[in-house]
Amino acid sequence: MAAPIDLHEVAEREREEQFRTPLRVHVCHSTSCATAGSGAVLQAARDLAEGDLASSVAVSPTGCMGLCSAGPLLRVVERGGGQHDYHHVTGAAAERIVRHHADRGAAVPEHRLDTALPFFARQHRVVLANAGEIDPDRIESYVAHGGYAALERALTSMTPEDVLDQVRRSRLRGRGGAGYPTANKWALLAAAPGPVKYVVANGDEGDPGAYMDRTIMEDDPHRVLEGIALAAYATGARHAYIYVRAEYPRAVERLDRAIKVARRNRLLGRRILDTDVDLDIEIRIGAGAFVCGEETALLASIEGRRGTPRLRPPYPTERGLFGAPTMINNVETLANIAPIVANGGDWFASIGTPGSTGTKVFALAGDLVNTGLIEVPMGTTLRDIVEDIGGGMTEGHTFKAAQTGGPSGGCIPARYLDTPVDYDSLRALGSIMGSGGLIVMDDRTRMPDVARFFMEFSKDESCGACAPCRAGTVQMHHLLTTISSGRGRRRDLRDLEHLCAVVRDTSLCGLGQTAPNPVLSTLQYFRDEYEALIAPAEGGHG
Amino acid sequence: MAERVPTVPITIDGVEMEATAGETVLQCARRHGVDIPSLCFLEGLSPVGGCRLCVVEVAEDLRLRPACATTVTSDMEVTTQSSRLRSYRRSILELLFAEGNHVCAVCVSNGACELQDVAVRCGMDHVRYELQAPRRRVDASHPRYVFDPNRCILCTRCVRVCDEIEGAHVWDVAHRGHGAELVTDLHRPWGESTSCTWCGKCVASCPTGALSHQGSSVGEMRHTPDMIAWLVAARRREWTEREARR
Repeated sequence: MAAPIDLHEVAEREREEQFRTPLRVHVCHSTSCATAGSGAVLQAARDLAEGDLASSVAVSPTGCMGLCSAGPLLRVVERGGGQHDYHHVTGAAAERIVRHHADRGAAVPEHRLDTALPFFARQHRVVLANAGEIDPDRIESYVAHGGYAALERALTSMTPEDVLDQVRRSRLRGRGGAGYPTANKWALLAAAPGPVKYVVANGDEGDPGAYMDRTIMEDDPHRVLEGIALAAYATGARHAYIYVRAEYPRAVERLDRAIKVARRNRLLGRRILDTDVDLDIEIRIGAGAFVCGEETALLASIEGRRGTPRLRPPYPTERGLFGAPTMINNVETLANIAPIVANGGDWFASIGTPGSTGTKVFALAGDLVNTGLIEVPMGTTLRDIVEDIGGGMTEGHTFKAAQTGGPSGGCIPARYLDTPVDYDSLRALGSIMGSGGLIVMDDRTRMPDVARFFMEFSKDESCGACAPCRAGTVQMHHLLTTISSGRGRRRDLRDLEHLCAVVRDTSLCGLGQTAPNPVLSTLQYFRDEYEALIAPAEGGHG
Repeated sequence: MAERVPTVPITIDGVEMEATAGETVLQCARRHGVDIPSLCFLEGLSPVGGCRLCVVEVAEDLRLRPACATTVTSDMEVTTQSSRLRSYRRSILELLFAEGNHVCAVCVSNGACELQDVAVRCGMDHVRYELQAPRRRVDASHPRYVFDPNRCILCTRCVRVCDEIEGAHVWDVAHRGHGAELVTDLHRPWGESTSCTWCGKCVASCPTGALSHQGSSVGEMRHTPDMIAWLVAARRREWTEREARR
């Protein structure tokens, strides 16, 4: 058995390497920027670093810097700590920028991104602290930023109860959307009898427009592994799975590589860091069904069966994967664990609000000036997110509504813009936190169309196991289509509302129970738009 | 002699009764003559809670619970009939009728159909929703049985009986949501199935006219779903006796 990694030495060596050149160039190579052409930017920068600027420039691909709408992004970091960001960079622009920095030691005005912008200044990065900083494919890069220090400390100087206690003190709640206290779940698994139990990381992110978990897995895979390892240590599990949807091939590839490297360095596998702790992590790839994000369907899928939810109880912590006690945590939840153990639960609880601690990553999308991936403390108001971070609505348009929680969530109208974004406030408004999709819509949006869009999604993603969801979503979608087209009658609206109640209250799993939410919340706040669409002959307003 | 099974007191629709520990609300209610409509449940098979017709209100529980899969607990207070439950059940039935092609007048099971019976009992006299009128291909390739998916409500009794009782697992569900359908083997015609034992338990269990005997005409098909419970009980007794002889 090879000797385990010496984290201290690796970190030292990596930091020395970072100071070798006066300039370091970070090229955002996350999926969004890669699609926008960051490959050419990376190549151009590398050509310089391998050519005549070899002694002054080092280049590293990194994860998401956040402002996806302005990609490809490039960052020049000076040895002294100075940092300059550039947007919409091309290969030629990259060459100009890097050369200018190297020759004159000064920033280039064109393509320059002002990092004092509220988009950057208002954010608080915990989960995404390393995104844009480290090279996801190099474990040394993660270790140099404090990676695996929490695991080493936990294994060598903390008991499993100590780790659980820090998570309890952090008051972390599940980031998959429902907000169940993470420590309670852990405690259930820790208390479950028997030698075989499992930890499962849920990376089956599926809400339209959401890519928080993808970014975490792609840009900081070792953080996910470290979180899983800490969860497994605290609960006594020796085997873990990461369930990733097949549509995230880069996430799968990077996690796979990260697991191999971690195993080679004795951070996973048998006798981790020469302690008595064993843990193996396996990746399971989803087959394209949204419902597999539901925990019992996810477990069925891992077992190789058809991905349909089953009745609960028994809950997975009693009887889960292969009949053994199992705990399922969202990827973002797990990405919070290493910082909690490293800095203490109290530190984490000091961020955010008392009921919703820590930060939340959102995929900010829609009719805004700035869109991309953001991380803010819980309790930040929707107005701050929309107007400051998002830079307000696009020219000439006004805010109409924000949709959170995707097809399971609801919309929030302008009069509630000052609502703090936390689990309980959003629920009180008839929406949910959800996993982090945040779609902002302007005055051109027709709300019945929004409801119809999400209903079409739910209809197509229903597994079909229970009648109300399978057949009810079809009928709700049909009624919404009829109403949207202006052919609806008053009766259709009544039937629609009734069906919402039927499907919400009688469906088997969360997918069906929450599928009516987009309809219910648009009806709650924008009923007049539905009424205006009712055919006049049938006694509508119009 | 078998040991006396412990009982727990529960209240169903305001009536106090003794429930056998470990049984479900549905089993307890039926033993006491309380009618809770259901379609996917079949005594002898594992419950899946898919049709959602047997949902009941349990005091101090915000969510409705499927009676077929909810185990009784001491002093549980269950409501099986309320205006809300009645209206939900009727809607679910309407959804089922709108989803397939349920034309009783030309169906082999007319007059002896669980779907029809439940609809009558729940007072479903019309369908408010758009009839989906799907075009589904009938599989009459099996020498002895016919599968008409137009009459299938995806209760999965056939899937479970074939898997759990016969052990053949000929049937399963393919696709999802509104596209979900029952298939035999790897989506091959039933008549070509190499795993089917011709035992007929799937046909016996079917609550509608979806599975029938070849040659049945309108109203002629009689299913025998109760045989599954008898079979399970008989097997259990045989095992118990065999154990006792050892």
